Amino acid sequence: MSATAAPRAAATRAPRRRRDLSQLGVCVLLLALGAVVFADTATLSQGLVDEGVVGPRPVPYVVAAGLVLTAVALAVDVLRGGRGQVEDGEDVDLSAGTDWARLGVLALVFAANVLLVERLGWVVSAAVFFGATAKVLGGRSLLRGIAVGAVLSLLTFYFFWTVLGIQLPPGVLDGVL
Amino acid sequence: MGDIGLLIGGFGDALSPANLAFAAIGVVLGTAVGVLPGIGPAMTVALLLPLTYALEPTSALIMFAGIYYGGMYGGSTTAILLNTPGESSSVVTALEGNKMARSGRAAQALSTAAIGSFVAGTIGSVLLVAAAPLMVRVAVGLSEGDYFALMVLALLAVTAVLGASRVRGFASLFIGLAVGLVGLDAISGQARLTFGVLQLIDGIDIVVIAVAIFAVGEALWVASRMRRTAVEVVPVGRPWMGREDWKRSWKPWLRGTAFGFPFGAVPAGGAELPTFLSYVTERKLSKHPEEFGKGAIEGVAGPEAANNASAAGTLVPTLALGIPTNATAAVLLAALISYGFQPGPLLFQREPDLVWALIASLFIGNLLLLVLNLPLAPVWAKLLRIPRPYLYAGILFFATLGAYAANLQTFDLWLLLAFGVLGLAMRRFGLPVLPLIIGVIIGPLAEERMRTALTISQGSWSGLVADPFSVVVYAVVVLVVAFPLYRRLLPARLGGRRGRPGPVLDVRDARPEHEEAHR
Repeated sequence: MSATAAPRAAATRAPRRRRDLSQLGVCVLLLALGAVVFADTATLSQGLVDEGVVGPRPVPYVVAAGLVLTAVALAVDVLRGGRGQVEDGEDVDLSAGTDWARLGVLALVFAANVLLVERLGWVVSAAVFFGATAKVLGGRSLLRGIAVGAVLSLLTFYFFWTVLGIQLPPGVLDGVL
Repeated sequence: MGDIGLLIGGFGDALSPANLAFAAIGVVLGTAVGVLPGIGPAMTVALLLPLTYALEPTSALIMFAGIYYGGMYGGSTTAILLNTPGESSSVVTALEGNKMARSGRAAQALSTAAIGSFVAGTIGSVLLVAAAPLMVRVAVGLSEGDYFALMVLALLAVTAVLGASRVRGFASLFIGLAVGLVGLDAISGQARLTFGVLQLIDGIDIVVIAVAIFAVGEALWVASRMRRTAVEVVPVGRPWMGREDWKRSWKPWLRGTAFGFPFGAVPAGGAELPTFLSYVTERKLSKHPEEFGKGAIEGVAGPEAANNASAAGTLVPTLALGIPTNATAAVLLAALISYGFQPGPLLFQREPDLVWALIASLFIGNLLLLVLNLPLAPVWAKLLRIPRPYLYAGILFFATLGAYAANLQTFDLWLLLAFGVLGLAMRRFGLPVLPLIIGVIIGPLAEERMRTALTISQGSWSGLVADPFSVVVYAVVVLVVAFPLYRRLLPARLGGRRGRPGPVLDVRDARPEHEEAHR
């Protein structure tokens, strides 16, 4: 297990932080998922398969058990001070805290696009989506972002239509495009 | 041998103008996105999966193969010029490569990486031609139970060996397996984990999951902790190598290839281990050990070759057994599945033209890469300066497009967001992504194999261990899973310097080192 190695890694990374108890959230998620899989599997019947032959239930039960077991093992690991190796990346600043506001706005922008894409159409909705995301992620001008997005969404619309034969929703621009 | 004839036929297909163009597009795209921060080859192939709905399979797979190799190469450029490895397999390249770049030898570091990748990729492809049919010949004789054993091995190896934390690897694996359960159970006709939602009956589209975990998860992760300051890019001229550089590079290339290919080819491999072994070996064998840690060219040549050879090796189990062991190969397999091909040894019999054109395109892609990368390196380096807001907005844009175009239903976009948040959480809490993806793809296949095996044996568990092959595989599974228990008994030498406990740990120990160097 990582219990021996993780504290060492943590010690070299930052001046001794305390146990990262937010990781217990992952345990809760695993437990909940395990419970859901278990509950769902319990409602299954043998189905079309003869009795005595493996039906649809054993594998989900194993998965549910695995989820619960890893949840417990992870909880033990976390309480003993273990922590995951947070993923590094070119544009990630690991010393910064989570920027919840930015994430929240980003999720809202995403949701707006999902709700609007069939009403306004791909071209309009995705252009605004691109511009708004770029703005949320630190872009300077919203309008410029939308302009770039409009070029992208027009190109992809016609590419999908003519080359791939898939028609993305035209929405308000129906007839214009 | 008939295989050579098939390979020549494959070259005929792959060299058709259209397919050549797809190979070139793939290589360019692959390199570009490999270089682009935040996008790896797996994410690229995932984002391009929607193309499979319209493109002819051979062309699409040839393009994906180009992306596969191109992405590997592009990743090394980022590692050398930015000191931030895009994926775990380029961690070692960054160690020496970035030191070289900082001491004004970026051109040589990029050259030895490019030429080494070419050498290793070509040798690796030759070995693939030799090894894949052999593995197919073995594989067609395997029973359903043997297959199940192999899949269990692949799942556990990817989970237990590769990651930094085993318990987090298993958490990721089981989430993946649970996601793989969603949908109608083909054998009994029962809907599992669909909660009465009609759109879930067919299961969750692998395109949506791959795009969500790789692309949306990454974009959200970056958004949550954006680097305020611009990263420093080492300027680079046109790559070239002097006579001394060649002399010091060619042996590491070959040794790296020898490390990389076998590790890729076994269904329990990966690229981290061979790159690290290559690094340790080169340091031991080098006539300039004092340069290690300050920018030794051997330390770039060897690991880069190992990385590429392992990429070629990974295609052996991917094509011959239908068992992928890295993220890109997993997505490649997803593309095969979405075309309705059954992955596994029968693929070679049923679709020989497709398989051999794909393999031939690996050689072509490799050559194209070399031709492209040496002169274009300064251009690729410019990509590192793309404005981040547009880059990540673009990733989200294409992620949305890919997930939506799959079935033209907004339901998939909600799934995309949900799994994107999961991807974010996994990055935040250090859950590796690969076991989840492999679990989603292999889980259902493994369940089917197991149930077929048990049906044949009429429910007796002996159906799973019917012959010696599966017994051997389960023995290996036990060895893999029990590794931490007996790791301490191994000679310290295996772990390299200063009697470190084991090679797996060592790769991680190398990280803080390079992070310090980064500051």
